[in-house]
Parts: sequence; C-alpha cells; structure tokens
Amino acid sequence: MRTVSAAETATTIHPWVVHAEGLRVRAGRHLAVDGLDLALGTGVHGLLGPNGAGKTTLMRALATVVKPAGGRLTLLGESVDGRADLRRVRRGLGYLPQQFGFYPRFTVREFVEYMAWLKEMPKTAVPGAVQRAIDRVGLAAKAGARMKTLSGGMLRRAGIAQAIVNDPAVLLLDEPTVGLDPEQRLDFRELLRDVGVDSCVLVSTHLVEDVVAACTDVVMINGGRLVYQGTPNDLIAQGGQGDAGDSAAERGYSALLRRHRAEAGR
Amino acid sequence: MTTHPSPAVIARYADREASLDEVTVWSVEVHLEGCADCRAQVAGSTTDNSRDLLARVAAGVDHDIAAGPAPAGRPSWSAARNRWLVWHSAPWLIMTVAVLGCAVLLDALQSSIPSVVSLLAPVAPLPGVAIAWSRRHDPAWELVAGTPAAGLAMLLRRTAGVLAVVVPALALASTRTGVSLALTLLPCVAFTVATIALGAFVGVRRAAAGLGTAWAIAVVVPAVVTAQLPAALQPGSSGVWALLALALAGLAATRADNFRRLTSHN
Repeated sequence: MRTVSAAETATTIHPWVVHAEGLRVRAGRHLAVDGLDLALGTGVHGLLGPNGAGKTTLMRALATVVKPAGGRLTLLGESVDGRADLRRVRRGLGYLPQQFGFYPRFTVREFVEYMAWLKEMPKTAVPGAVQRAIDRVGLAAKAGARMKTLSGGMLRRAGIAQAIVNDPAVLLLDEPTVGLDPEQRLDFRELLRDVGVDSCVLVSTHLVEDVVAACTDVVMINGGRLVYQGTPNDLIAQGGQGDAGDSAAERGYSALLRRHRAEAGR
Repeated sequence: MTTHPSPAVIARYADREASLDEVTVWSVEVHLEGCADCRAQVAGSTTDNSRDLLARVAAGVDHDIAAGPAPAGRPSWSAARNRWLVWHSAPWLIMTVAVLGCAVLLDALQSSIPSVVSLLAPVAPLPGVAIAWSRRHDPAWELVAGTPAAGLAMLLRRTAGVLAVVVPALALASTRTGVSLALTLLPCVAFTVATIALGAFVGVRRAAAGLGTAWAIAVVVPAVVTAQLPAALQPGSSGVWALLALALAGLAATRADNFRRLTSHN
C-alpha cells in the first residue's frame, strides 16, 4: 500500500494556478508585457496574439526565467516576483521555450534524464518518469538516438517530453506545434487534453485551429495587454461574415484584434 | 497482520458463488496483500479453469518478456563524455594550460623578476569560469535557467570543474619556477571568487573580462615595464589575498538569488 504524504492531501488555498496583476515585463529595453491582468485555473489555455504581442516574454516571465519589471505574479499560490525563493515553484513547472537549445551529443533519453535531474526529481523516480514522458510524445523508438540526428518535429517532441517529465502543475509550451506534421499535431492535442485534466497548461501558438480543437480557454493578448479571455465557442461567436479568415474561429480572432486596435487607436 | 483468516473464509473468498459480507472481504484483501501463505491458499482454492487461465497468462507474459528488448542499463552520469561542460570548456582549459606551459618556459629561459607564472596566476581560471556560466555558450541555457537547480550552487559546481584543471596546472607551474605556492594559488582563488561576486551584479562573462583587463592594466603592464615585483605579489601579501577571497565569498553568498534568473548580462 502506498503512503500518501501530507503534501499530496493538502488542500490548495490559491484560487488561481497562475495569477498576474498589472504584470510588466521587459524584453531588453522594450516593455513587452505592459500591465497584463491574467488569471488561469486548471485546464488547457491557448495563448493567441500577433507577432510582437508579448507572448514569448509573458511565457518567460511565467516560467520564472525573467524577472518581472513590475506588477504582481503568483504561481501555485506563491509570489515569484522580486527576490522570492523560486525553488519550490520551479519544481512544479514545465517549460518549452520558443528557441529550444539542446546538447547535440546527448541522446533523447539522456537529455530528458538530465532535465529531470535539474528539476530535482527523486532519483528513484527518474528512469520511470523519463520513459513515460518519452512514450507520451511518441519518441520511444528514437530514445537512444542522439539529439543532432533528429528532425525538427522530433526535436520539438523531445522538448515537450522534457517539459512534462516532472508531471508539472503549470505547463508552459511556447509554439510547440512548429514542425509537427498533421498526424503528430492530432496526437499532441490528445496529449494536451490529457495533461490539462489536472494541471494548468498554457500553449502559445499562431494556429487558431489548434486552440479551438484542444483548448478549454482562449487567452488573447496584443501590445502586452489582455485583449480577450473566454471559451473557444465565445471566440467563434465574436466573428461576423465580413471578417477576414477561412474558419469561424479565425474570423473571431481577426474581429477581436480589429476591435482592439480600433479602441487603442482612439 | 497477526491473525490469518480461517481456511473456510478463504475458500468462500475465492469462490465466486459463495457470499461473503463486504467487511470480511476487505479485511481478507488487506491481509492477502501482506501474506504470501494465504495468497497461496487462495490460489489453491480456485477452480482448475482459473488456474489454467493463470498459467496461460504467465506463460504468455514470460514469452513476451523473453522476446522483448532487454531492460536499459543504469545511466552512468559519471561518464565524462556526457558532460556538456567537459566538451565545451575543453578547448579553453587546454589553452589555459598551454599558456601556463609557455609561461614556465619563459621563466626557465630567462629568470626574470617578476615571474610570468605569478603574473598570470590570478587570471588563469577566468576564461573557464566565463564559459561555464554564459548564455551564449550553453545552448540549453533558457531550459536550465527555469529549473530549480539553477543558481549559485550550479555556478559553483561548474567553477569547481574549471578549478580542478587550473589549480593543479598552476601548482605544477609554481613548483617548476620556484614561485611561492601560496602566492600562485591564493590570487587565483581570490580572482575566481571576485568574478562570481561581481558576476552577481554585471554578469559572469563581463566580470571576468573586466577583472582580467583591470589586472593586466594595473599590475601586469607596470611590472613588465619596470621589471619589478608588483606590491600585490610581494611575499607578505598572501594574507591579504586570503582575506579578500573570504570577504568576496561572503558577498557572493548574500547575492545568491541574482543567479536564479536569465538576465541580459550573461
């Protein structure tokens, strides 16, 4: 019989897994996220926005990689702005950066193992968790191949494997579907739904169809500010016949963006 | 679990037709989990059909295990070939050792005062330390920076890897040229600690470059021009170097959380 630790049965006292209030984050000198208010709970959230909207900078701030320049940011009930101790929060994070660097000599298994070790997972749990993560992204046949021999889509999947290896409570994926073929994208959506059952997943993407198909919630930002947050069906309902786009969701996306730009321009 | 259930109860537990109240079923099940003898009894009380089925399943599982791939061996993390730092810093460390070798040769050819080895000793570890903590040289920097293991401890571990090569090389060089061992190693350690302490504010790479340049301008150039032993390397100054190293180590320890994030300095 497994012993359940006190930490596992503890009730969560934070209302939101990710909570940002007036968040401001710099990318170089430029304030890429400027006064963003965001509250995310459990589920799969799709992050949409045009190029330069601040998606990657927001992702980096949520991954605790860069320090916010202002505002408040709380992850899993712990404040992560300023000089907070990030260790505990980081153990519950999974992050796939947009530019995903790797060590070319490592095999996929070594790479995921190394990341599991950096995430301070218990030593005995590492081999099983690594195998499970590699299986979940469908790379089991390539587990022994060196990273430099992998194709772009396989690399992306290896990146997803390292992000989910520690069963994170907050999973941040920055453009994870780049380089995946249509079949792999379907598998990836399945994985997202699976992970999103009990953790908070934020997926940044340019593909509106991916968001509609796999996400429970849509977050749209532009110019570093929140434009819209709602369900995919609401997003579809925003679009009219006259809006640009080939699908109902794309029309909704362009309608929201146009409206926001008109308001900002006033 | 001390009392074993009676054979009659076990027989009724194993028999699908017989009725056994729920509470007894639970207690028998809990007992069976921990008692191999009673499990054997349950197995003995089953019908021939079920035993046949179990035997077939066991044979099938055994066959599949024999046919499948062998379990992966334990990963050997001590294997140096897997370490990114070993491969990446090797050229720099080889260069450092080669420069020290040239310095020993120079000292041997013309026993000049001051010795080239003692002038080079403080800056010898700096290239290696700069490489060990640089976002340009670590391809997975953004991934690593988001993990709980990132921070001063990781920088110290990488620095220790660099010093493990540089310190023996320096010690050998100092015994070859007859320079005091303390006045070779203490400045080397003090400059390494100073790089880390200053690196907390401006980034390790810049700190290494700045300290190296400052040492060259303030000490090496005057010493070469005047051909006199600089005050910093007089025989009595080893205590000052030791104190300086300790003070800077204290400063670095207080600024440990400056190493937790990705900053534009590194």
